[in-house]
Amino acid sequence: MKSLMTLCFVLTGLFLKAQPVAGYQVGDIAKDFSLKNVDGKTVSLSDFKTAKGFIVIFTCNTCPVANAYEQRIIELNTKYSKLDYPVIAVNPNDPGVQPGDSFEKMQERATEKGYAFPYLLDPDHLVTKRFGATKTPHVFILQKTSAGNRVSYIGAIDNDTEGTNTGRTNYVEEAVNALATGQKPATSTTKAVGCAIKWKKS
Amino acid sequence: MNSLRIIIGLILLLSTTAMKAQEVRLITIHQLEERIASGKDTTYIVNFWATWCAPCVAELPGFEKLRLAYEGKPLKILLISLDFKSKLEPAVKPFVRKTGLKNEVLLLNESNQQEYIDRISKDWSGAIPATLFANGGKKVRKFYEKELTFEELNTIYQSFK
Repeated sequence: MKSLMTLCFVLTGLFLKAQPVAGYQVGDIAKDFSLKNVDGKTVSLSDFKTAKGFIVIFTCNTCPVANAYEQRIIELNTKYSKLDYPVIAVNPNDPGVQPGDSFEKMQERATEKGYAFPYLLDPDHLVTKRFGATKTPHVFILQKTSAGNRVSYIGAIDNDTEGTNTGRTNYVEEAVNALATGQKPATSTTKAVGCAIKWKKS
Repeated sequence: MNSLRIIIGLILLLSTTAMKAQEVRLITIHQLEERIASGKDTTYIVNFWATWCAPCVAELPGFEKLRLAYEGKPLKILLISLDFKSKLEPAVKPFVRKTGLKNEVLLLNESNQQEYIDRISKDWSGAIPATLFANGGKKVRKFYEKELTFEELNTIYQSFK
């Protein structure tokens, strides 16, 4: 009886095991990737010869939190691509689960909003899982070093999702400003509420 | 005659109160922890959701079913909305009225996500839906950052007994 109960618990444990959230930690070197952009071309980090780093943002069309941040993401790219820290947006959602995040819908969105940065599809969540992204929006700032692209910040864009607090702390801006001046970001990890990634149903 | 009027009036008042949707009150993390701690042998299932979160809304019926399955048992389900406070009147209350949720619905009265996410669980990245199971008397807590079906909720609740 006891072993049966133990077995039940073990099975329950396996059954309820959440998606792996290992992913990158601050300080890790991020592997390059090749993902399809909304213009049909493949994008890799190594394509950006002059970049000093990247603001990689897992975001999507359909999450209301991501929508609330869309304009701020566009502005981050405008401001920081000039400093050679461009935005690279990756849609981590499975279009089978979330039809509003299909490749065609991504193309529509990017055109409509005039995205000046790549908006990439990650069909089998390979890059999403490697990074350890769990939600949209979820930011990973990378800094190009001789050892590779070092993860220098993981977390939120700022602490004001609603966009009503003029005294907000702009985490991503502060982190990139620090990196651009050769310093370590004072805050390298933050947390914020976001939409769970829509994983492919196995 | 007068007393009859008063009684009828009272009955009418009570019946309209009963039909009215529940009030949605605010709750801080501190107040939540106090409720869990003072709940003794009651297992609290605390679901973090929002009206804008489609998978959250989709899993709410499972929590309602669980409430019915264990009526009279030491189980308390709290549905804590992470909608902005400014959305309490325009979004959360109409949603509760429309869906007729019977589990207690609350709105989180916290502004610092950096702080409160970790206070609920270090394992929480901030993605919702997310659900905390806690029993103050047994000092047991389990946290799930994922959608849970009725069967999964039931299995986890059973493991707390």
